[in-house]
Amino acid sequence: MSRDASRLGLLLLLAPLLLWLFLLIILPHIGLFVVSVSEKVGVREYEIGFGNYAAFFTEPLYWRTFARTAIMSMLATALTLILGFPIAYYIAKLTKGRTKTTLFLMCMIPFWVSELVRTYGWMILLRETGVFSNFLQYVGLTSGPIEFLYNDAAIMVGLVYTSILFMVVPLVTTLDSLDDSLIEAGYDLGGTSLSVMREIVIPHAMPGIVSGCIVVFMLSLGNYLTPILLGGKDSLWFTGMIYTQFITRFNWELGSAFGFLLLALSSAMVFFGLKLSRQSLSNTMGR
Amino acid sequence: MHIKAVSTVAFALSFAVSGAQAETLRLLTWGGYAPEDVIAKFEEETGHTVEVTTSNNEEMIAKLRATNGGGFDLAQPSQDRITSAQEEFGIYKPIDMSRVQSDLFIPSMLEATAGNTTYEGEVYGLPHVWGTSGLVVNTAAAGDVKDYTDLCDASVSGKVSYRLKRPTLIGFAYSMGLDPFSAYSDTDAYQGILDQVEAKLTECKPNVKTYWEGGDEIKNLLRSGEVVASMAWDTGGWQLNADNPDITFVAPESGALGWIDTFALPARGRADDAAYDWINFVMRPDIAAMITNTAGNFTAAVDGDAGVSADLKARYQGSFDQEAIDNIKWYPPVPAGLEALEGATLDRVNAAN
Repeated sequence: MSRDASRLGLLLLLAPLLLWLFLLIILPHIGLFVVSVSEKVGVREYEIGFGNYAAFFTEPLYWRTFARTAIMSMLATALTLILGFPIAYYIAKLTKGRTKTTLFLMCMIPFWVSELVRTYGWMILLRETGVFSNFLQYVGLTSGPIEFLYNDAAIMVGLVYTSILFMVVPLVTTLDSLDDSLIEAGYDLGGTSLSVMREIVIPHAMPGIVSGCIVVFMLSLGNYLTPILLGGKDSLWFTGMIYTQFITRFNWELGSAFGFLLLALSSAMVFFGLKLSRQSLSNTMGR
Repeated sequence: MHIKAVSTVAFALSFAVSGAQAETLRLLTWGGYAPEDVIAKFEEETGHTVEVTTSNNEEMIAKLRATNGGGFDLAQPSQDRITSAQEEFGIYKPIDMSRVQSDLFIPSMLEATAGNTTYEGEVYGLPHVWGTSGLVVNTAAAGDVKDYTDLCDASVSGKVSYRLKRPTLIGFAYSMGLDPFSAYSDTDAYQGILDQVEAKLTECKPNVKTYWEGGDEIKNLLRSGEVVASMAWDTGGWQLNADNPDITFVAPESGALGWIDTFALPARGRADDAAYDWINFVMRPDIAAMITNTAGNFTAAVDGDAGVSADLKARYQGSFDQEAIDNIKWYPPVPAGLEALEGATLDRVNAAN
């Protein structure tokens, strides 16, 4: 009797999660998959087949765009880590009390406005008649206006800026849990700053680094606004391609196939990333 | 006292009557086609309420396709995009001409639109707003730009912008001396034209600063001087002309591309009464003039240009002489499947280095 009651309680507690998973994740993906395996043969005529997936591999444009998106996302992740680690280390280890809270808050404040507004902010800064260009002319470093916008570097700036918070937060948490006495012991035993960092801090922070990298990589890979707005005429991004297939080409079948390929390939990349760093998903995400 | 009671009853009655008929009109339209003051006047006169969603041709079709023609009661796609969407997805229902006050429409436009939106014997579209795409040029900086292909000239290198969409393909094709509209029905001939345009657009790519996506984006680029020549809508040029007399709309030598945005009823729309009321309301000459003054484009309403501001009329006449008007290339209906060919071409241009 009481077993039944507790089982019912468990079911009720799980219900929101299960409903969420089933209605909003699993069901749409089944629908998406069904659409992705239907090939258009004529007006309102479809037959089942894997032609849409084949199109991805036979048309160089599609897989090149995917590769470009993946490589740029990895680069953005690496840059975010390089920029985010010192910030997180400073917040976690070198500040205390109110300063620490203030610095942490300052990292978060830009994220209180929407991504669209932040991206437009970058456009105002980087455009030819924008703040940077005018400043450089004002101090006399250049004679004419310079265009910073509409290139891959601008996309990179936007991606790193958009995702740095998601790197800093897990890093601060893991670095916080590192006992200062371990670092002191490292120095007492004759370690240099470099060897203490390499032997003590980074191994301890590894779960935070990996979970930050996974989140940042996923965010960059799935970003739509930043590459479209900052990238200009050469800014091919895979999510933009999915949007185009769905909206302007009316080709839901190919768009769905692209969606699945994005899901599969990004999952594979995270899997290999975990294998390479010898971390497990439960170790990085479960903390 | 007595009179007051009667008037109260009358008021309550009238409220009850209008309350019974009042519907919510969910309108899927373009920015500027349903100005606040027009909506307020309509709600006051008919008791219906209006919910506006602004969109563009592709998104309208995508939205209606996602719901099999539900979620909206009236849509305003361009007339060339109706029959193919109807053939592929069945998202519209036919117009009941007996419920439309057809004397409000300019007869030639009503007839032409009916012809272009007829699918299996039924008419699916009524004309509303018309306008053109052509060149918006800063004449002080790029006075030599007279046709689409002039955008590829070295003198305007890095200061050009156009969209990567089908009007660009059509415009460049005409400018290169080709005739894409007459090749609509012949897939092979059309692909041949697309291939030539693709080569031209790829060659032209270094000249382009960025491919614009939204009307505000191109206006910003032109206003700041970062772009001096572009392919864009006529209204954008006229709006900019109000701020900077150097910038204006130029009808290209090979012809501006003419479009007509229509009224079409989504297949599963619920408020048909409100939809027909809205159509008959906004085609009244006084209301049509209000819409022209905000949207910047003229309507298919009889005498709709009478109440239009003199400034706008002057700008229109400045861009279009009679010869330019006669030279407008009106979009014929797009056959189903043509967009897939164009899409592949646009993708390749986008990817080219």
